[in-house]
Amino acid sequence: MTCCAPGAESFAVQDASGIETDEEALLALSRKLGDGTRQLEFAVPDAHCASCIRSIETALDAMPQVESARVNLSRRRVRVAFDPARGSVAEIAPAIVASGYHTHVVDPDAETDGDPVLRELVKALAVAGFAAGNIMLFSVSVWSGAEGATRDLFHWISALIAVPAIAYAGRPFFRSAWRALRVGRTNMDVPISIGVVLAALLSLFETLRSGEHAYFDASTTLLFFLLIGRTLDHLMRERARSAVTNLARLAPRGAVQVLADGRREYVALNDIAPGMELELKAGERVPVDATVLSGASELDYAIVTGETRPLQVGPGSTVMAGANNLSGTLTIRCDKPSNESFLARMAAMMEAAEGAKSSYRRIADRAAAVYAPAVHTLAILTFLGWGILSGDWHAAILNAVAVLIITCPCALALAVPIVHVVAAGRLFEGGVLMKDGVALERAAQVDGVAFDKTGTLTYGTPRLVRSRTDSDEAMRAAAALAARSTHPLSRALAAALPATPGFAGETTELPGFGIEGRIGTTVWRLGNARWDGIDAEHEGEGSQVWISRDGQPMGFFEFADEPRADAAAAIAALGAAGLPVSILSGDRRETVAALAARLGVADFEAALLPEDKVAAIHRRGRVMMVGDGINDAPALRAAHVSMAPSSAADIGRSAADFVFTGEKLAAVPFVLGTARRAAAIVRQNLALAIGYNFIAVPLAISGHVTPLIAAVAMSGSSIVVVVNALRLRLGDARPVAARPPALQPSGVSP
Amino acid sequence: MSGLLLLIPVAVCLGILALVAFMWALRSGQYEDLEGAGHRILDDDKDKPRPD
Repeated sequence: MTCCAPGAESFAVQDASGIETDEEALLALSRKLGDGTRQLEFAVPDAHCASCIRSIETALDAMPQVESARVNLSRRRVRVAFDPARGSVAEIAPAIVASGYHTHVVDPDAETDGDPVLRELVKALAVAGFAAGNIMLFSVSVWSGAEGATRDLFHWISALIAVPAIAYAGRPFFRSAWRALRVGRTNMDVPISIGVVLAALLSLFETLRSGEHAYFDASTTLLFFLLIGRTLDHLMRERARSAVTNLARLAPRGAVQVLADGRREYVALNDIAPGMELELKAGERVPVDATVLSGASELDYAIVTGETRPLQVGPGSTVMAGANNLSGTLTIRCDKPSNESFLARMAAMMEAAEGAKSSYRRIADRAAAVYAPAVHTLAILTFLGWGILSGDWHAAILNAVAVLIITCPCALALAVPIVHVVAAGRLFEGGVLMKDGVALERAAQVDGVAFDKTGTLTYGTPRLVRSRTDSDEAMRAAAALAARSTHPLSRALAAALPATPGFAGETTELPGFGIEGRIGTTVWRLGNARWDGIDAEHEGEGSQVWISRDGQPMGFFEFADEPRADAAAAIAALGAAGLPVSILSGDRRETVAALAARLGVADFEAALLPEDKVAAIHRRGRVMMVGDGINDAPALRAAHVSMAPSSAADIGRSAADFVFTGEKLAAVPFVLGTARRAAAIVRQNLALAIGYNFIAVPLAISGHVTPLIAAVAMSGSSIVVVVNALRLRLGDARPVAARPPALQPSGVSP
Repeated sequence: MSGLLLLIPVAVCLGILALVAFMWALRSGQYEDLEGAGHRILDDDKDKPRPD
């Protein structure tokens, strides 16, 4: 089968490095299964068909150290049980890559194995469904005229089924209601719990005295409907969470320490102490704030500060945690423990920034705060009114409980989450992952959008923008040399130039300078101007790479961080929707000004520190922040709602409410548009649910509600609300890439 | 009435049976990977249940 045979060779280099091949780091991550066996989960974001399952499992099962390998296609993961005594764990990821799939190891904390909450919800759902179905059979018989002893028998059997079922299936609601009541608050689960429990108790009482009406069917059906909503809501959040963890490979949780006697030893991140000497290879990220002892290299700070130009470092330079080492191996001395490093400071700032947002109350809770007291007052008034006016206290209790049952907010409790579930599905198809429904409510309220520059408005990686070469031969040599190097500029060059058969000679790479190749006596050099012996004035924004032959310059290539292809269109779309756009960047003023002018954005701030970004967000009020860097994380948390590209730093991705995959910024207007439509539908649903009460409550107060009416009214209103929510799926197709989230491992994570 | 005495226990027992079957399926992990299960039937190389 060829349906899923991606060119394995093209990313073999990219994937066979990092933590996936670090035996000690992998062992530290794995989970013990007993008798020497350990378990790891790897993400395989591209697996999607039967032969994908087979090729991965066959490849892994053939390895001596693998005890069992099982692909989970829903979560795009493969779980591997292995025996470290029989072979290296570091060979597992390369084996998956060799079978043709991207892979990276999954943080064991993010393993969704046997999600206990989901299990409880599904079990409760099954029990409630069983009870509701069976009790409804008896209820239909009662409604169609069963009388006397038969009716009593049916009521008794219903009670036998309903009481344990409610006690079991109602637990999620009772717990949540109790938690809210204990701190003196009320949420939607309070009227639900009171309604369900009172309905069951009253029905028991009626059954005992052979009464005519029992509401067992209403209370179990109610639980069943509500559990459906709650389970869907939970599934949506779990799916987003697991997709987000699938997005990127895990950052190393440690570093290689150089001991005094020259030996190398792996230390976990938390055990790195100031004064330790660490080895940092090309392609690795700086684990802690440190000082360079020896070696020369370039560091990429794009994701740390938003600075686009790589920074040259040598002995004595200080380096910040999170920066990416581009070219040479460095020996660094730790200055600060990991909990005081740049990353940890950002995490602390994120917590502080969250204060403003945590005061936001969900629409459902706000509705419940008004609804619950109103309903309970109404029930008490009904009770007192009937009791005093007619003197029949039994009828008074019946009618009061009927009010509680009929107002039990089935439709109201479904009104909001069902819209979130439908919206999340639509966003997912459009390549956007939503972490929580509340984010959607907040996204509908924003009155501005703030963008980070590097990696958000731009691609964050250098692209070839200008070149001049004296001959085709030089061009071919440059392309061939670039293909041999893993430096980001070389990669960008190799991607931009036509493919070549490869360099026909010896090559050597000099960290911080470039790559040199010899064919016979001819020496080609591809690297920075100084190394190529060129005293070129560095005009323009980008970085330049020169190609020379035997010391003679033959041409240059200029790279810059280009704006995303649809950045201008997305900004125009936001402007058309009445949302002013601003740029908040940590990069130099000239660079930011040039980009702002190019994209037609008047409001920009440059050279911002992370705390300045938070302040800038607070000044602008309710804005959506779109950013990707470590330095954006506090601002992402501080903003009313936030969004990050899938290529963002781990910390940024976990801070953001929405994560968009794919390269298009059209995701931003797409999310805001969907949020506004969802908010409109939520309002309609609330109106429908409350409107239903206006018709049903007078019936209940006047004592005309029978169990039949209660069942029909409740199911009817719930179905109306769900159908209305499904309207969100209608309308024009998604404006973002028509492809579901590609979930490519980004290879970018500090 | 005598018909009911027989039929009602039968109906309820069948319902309970279905519930127990569902709980068993849930516990034995059959709902862990719904998408993969659909694809696995196309793979005829391995027809053994997975080792637990």
